Amino acid sequence: MQYLVSVIDDKDNPGSTDRQPAISVFNERLIAEGYWVFAGGLADTDAATVIDNRGEQAVFSDGPFVETKEYLAGVWVWEAPDLDVALALATEASKVCDRKIEVRPFL
Amino acid sequence: MTAIDEAITRAHHEEWARVVASLTKRFGDLDIAEDAAAEAFAIAVERWPADGVPPNPGAWLTTTANRKAIDRIRRENKRDDKHQEAHALYDDNPAEPLGAVDDDRLRLIFTCCHPALAMESRMALTLRMVGGLTVPEIARAFLVQETAIGQRITRAKAKIKAARIPYRVPSADDLPTRVSGVLAVLYLVFNEGYLASGADTDPVRAELTAEAIRLTRLIRVLLPADGEVAGLLALMLLIEARRDARVSGGGELVTLDEQDRTGWDTTLIAEGHELMRERLASGLAPGRYQILAAINAVHTSVQDARDTDWSQVVALYDQLVRLDASPIVALNRAVAVAELDGPNVALAAVDDLDASLAGYHPYHATRADLLRRLGRAAEARAAYDRSIELAGNTAEIAYLTRRRDELG
Repeated sequence: MQYLVSVIDDKDNPGSTDRQPAISVFNERLIAEGYWVFAGGLADTDAATVIDNRGEQAVFSDGPFVETKEYLAGVWVWEAPDLDVALALATEASKVCDRKIEVRPFL
Repeated sequence: MTAIDEAITRAHHEEWARVVASLTKRFGDLDIAEDAAAEAFAIAVERWPADGVPPNPGAWLTTTANRKAIDRIRRENKRDDKHQEAHALYDDNPAEPLGAVDDDRLRLIFTCCHPALAMESRMALTLRMVGGLTVPEIARAFLVQETAIGQRITRAKAKIKAARIPYRVPSADDLPTRVSGVLAVLYLVFNEGYLASGADTDPVRAELTAEAIRLTRLIRVLLPADGEVAGLLALMLLIEARRDARVSGGGELVTLDEQDRTGWDTTLIAEGHELMRERLASGLAPGRYQILAAINAVHTSVQDARDTDWSQVVALYDQLVRLDASPIVALNRAVAVAELDGPNVALAAVDDLDASLAGYHPYHATRADLLRRLGRAAEARAAYDRSIELAGNTAEIAYLTRRRDELG
């Protein structure tokens, strides 16, 4: 079972910026224990572009699809046997990243 | 009720959770298990009056439900060949031996009370899947629309499936937290019955308190060594024992000191006290529910309110404060302090809680009572007014209103 693990930051109350070494150690462990599928930090939401080509002409718009105080700062994809395993890892991840974490299963 | 009706009711009480649990294990799907169990009981209602009650109702119900589940999977597979539940059809595992089935019920309880589900969903799902209450029964008990309860249960089952919430008893490391999560669900169900809120509802909804006790008894059978399970059961029994004495004929709340103690249920009290003696004998440090039960044991061990050992009650609250330093515990402790050290001391302690409990009606009711006892009528009246505004239980509102109007 694969889970999308989103790291959520808050523009008004951001998590600390010195977490990278701890995250790297955590990633090493995810790889060693076979949970790691993918990981990536994301650039600021200002760097996002939304494309809508459902009509006659593609429309590009600057910025994220929705402006919110809370935003996606990075993602993991984990392979885990069930939600309990994913939640236990996410509990650690939240501490390691100093940010909230959302766990959402892939279909 | 005829003998057949009784047999069906008893089978429903005793076997529902077992049937749902064993089918969930076999088919890996709560929906299928729930529907098939409901169908099996419907068939029993139809057939048993004519055919007689089978010698082993549990086995009959499980077999019938299994057959219904397989029929449904066959039907669905015809519509959709690549249906992932196809394997269940070829599952030639023999039926589970009886010992392991009990573990299945525990699995079912832990799944329904999983912390990834919203508390409201956990309560509804537990009452449906473990308790066997129907959706209309649950809706009536919580004063919520049937469609809302139905959706809550459907969404919870969908999340269990989509997010793969495991059907399993948690590991030893997680067990204490997860058990306390299960107990929190049952205690909320009990309190919703005991302190029923809502203008048009009975002040006590006995079907909820009874169901909470029944489910806690079941967990006690499954986890006999857990002190907090025993503590919660004792707590519920000692509160339930006073149920009839707690509301007057006129529908007004009767406080502990004014209750007719001959109206208490001595059998429930004896059982609660026995559980507490057993916990004391264990020599293990008590948790929150055990301390709350011990406080109720002090109250229920005297025939006259004036004989209450208040120093013991305050000592127990001190112990509780060390585990749970919440303002609500501090408020309840102050009520006992009033009896031991007088209303002045208690009022000082209560007034300290204003910032955190200003929206909690028992805070204002407690203050009102202390101010009344101190002869500060105007302040007492204001506090009664506030508590009446915030209270939801009809019997409690009637009691507070009378007390306020008696201030003169």
